[in-house]
Amino acid sequence: MTTLTASSARNAKPINFVLRLALGLAVLALAVAPMWAGRAELRLMMEVLSYLALAQMWNLLAGYSGLISVGQQAYVGLGGYLFFALAMFAGVPVLAALPLAAVVTALIALPSGWVAFRLQGAYFAIGTWVIAEVFRLTAAQVGALGGGSGISLPVALAQSIAESRDGRETVMYYLAFVIGIASVAMVWGLLRSKWGLALTAIRDSEPAAEAVGVATRRVKFLIYIVTAMFTGLTGAFIFLQKLRITPDAAFSVNDWTAFVIFIVVIGGLGTIEGPIVGVIVFFALREIAADWGTWYLIMMGAIAIAVMLVDKRGIWGALRTRYGLSILPVGFVLDITPPARKD
Amino acid sequence: MTTLLETRDLKAFYGDFQALFGIDVTVADGETVALIGANGAGKSTFLRAITGMLPAAGQQISFGGQTVAGWAADRIHKAGIAMVPEGRRLFPSLTVEENLLIGASGGRKGPWDLAAVYALFPDLVAKKTNPGTALSGGQQQMVAIGRALMSNPRLLLCDEISLGLAPKVIKDIYRAVPQIREGGTAILVVEQDVGQALAVADRVYCFMEGRVTLTGTPAELTRAQIAQAYFGAKTEEAA
Repeated sequence: MTTLTASSARNAKPINFVLRLALGLAVLALAVAPMWAGRAELRLMMEVLSYLALAQMWNLLAGYSGLISVGQQAYVGLGGYLFFALAMFAGVPVLAALPLAAVVTALIALPSGWVAFRLQGAYFAIGTWVIAEVFRLTAAQVGALGGGSGISLPVALAQSIAESRDGRETVMYYLAFVIGIASVAMVWGLLRSKWGLALTAIRDSEPAAEAVGVATRRVKFLIYIVTAMFTGLTGAFIFLQKLRITPDAAFSVNDWTAFVIFIVVIGGLGTIEGPIVGVIVFFALREIAADWGTWYLIMMGAIAIAVMLVDKRGIWGALRTRYGLSILPVGFVLDITPPARKD
Repeated sequence: MTTLLETRDLKAFYGDFQALFGIDVTVADGETVALIGANGAGKSTFLRAITGMLPAAGQQISFGGQTVAGWAADRIHKAGIAMVPEGRRLFPSLTVEENLLIGASGGRKGPWDLAAVYALFPDLVAKKTNPGTALSGGQQQMVAIGRALMSNPRLLLCDEISLGLAPKVIKDIYRAVPQIREGGTAILVVEQDVGQALAVADRVYCFMEGRVTLTGTPAELTRAQIAQAYFGAKTEEAA
């Protein structure tokens, strides 16, 4: 690849070195968290890492491919239910059932994506939600999986991960760690590959990308399947951690899509760093406002609206443009503000 | 010369609005053809229909001996039709060189690569790491043309490449046309600037209100004929 002067200058800034160092230290701290964190902190960090993965996937869909889905809970729930089914009835070892659930989720995403891709724009968004509802209603009909009231993972299966409770917590934590870090690494790698050029072009202007021969539909469909798979993996992990799954929890539009959209929008749509910033803000707000009840949700809504009114690029998008920040450079820089006309 | 592109009775619609009423156009291998006409005559719609950007229904478009009507845009692009869209439409997040490189994705093999494009437009060499949109209008147009050439098209479609550019810049851009033809690429230019179109084209089609009103070589056509075909009204000269 050619060197990019513009982004090299951006990369060379001391502030970016500091930010990258901070990110590196944070990853290091997370990597050894079981040595310093208590059980409650570990549980919180598992949740943070799961949401980071969900947010990275939603951002890849919406921020890069322009596919606004409000039905990603379909794949969280599907991943969770498939994991329970594989582990409980197919006798697949727990740790193997996680990736297998992700693969089967991707296979199911092929036909459901085919249906959703008949629709465009707002209709696509509604279509994805409808698909998720169909999955939820279907899950409630499966008697073997507890129907509408759900099912718990047998204790023996949970214990098969590790004998002691601490051992289980450690294994679970590292699963979350791998999922969270892998989600960032995967998006970064994808954007630096030849797909990145096509995705960035689609993000900038889909008609123009189509006009220069980018197979926009194929690229977007591939991204849809990849995000379904990773979202399914995250869902499988989330319900392994919860040890219990019900249709309403598994296919919750609030938990798995609304909060995720909030994270991406306040962090910065169409950037890798945005979801990282967003997930930190989201959990900080939650810790602060945990006892506020409904006011907490109202406050989150108000913040999301405020971000869109003040600067729709989100926190990271705005800071990045103003101070030339870049932690994970991909070479392709989004500038939503229209360039000044030169002619 | 063998026929490269042929449309027969091509019709196109925007919803209920019919924009093209049975267009017959042919472009031979290596030929340069100009489509002229006023705003709204259907020239850009015609290009959109050929490239698969506008869904085509029940019509004949053959390219290189294959019927391409109804094909997806990227498949038509792969078959060898590349477009320089009106308004350039460079990707603002990509540098000049990346804008060029993306033109090669899904294209054909051939003489056009980065080096050949930089040789055609030497101005771009110094700008290759700049964001595409930080260039002057003329340089942006060069990138847009280079991006289309990177796919080594058999037919290059240029939509209003002189729009909004200074006369000197237009001349610079059109200077590239003979070099593009040398590589064997056929060119279909859409122009409102009739003088420019007549200067480069082997043949001209004049569009008015979605129909072809005149066709011929620049040498055969008189100013009066063109004025009538272009505006529909007889001018003093024609009368």
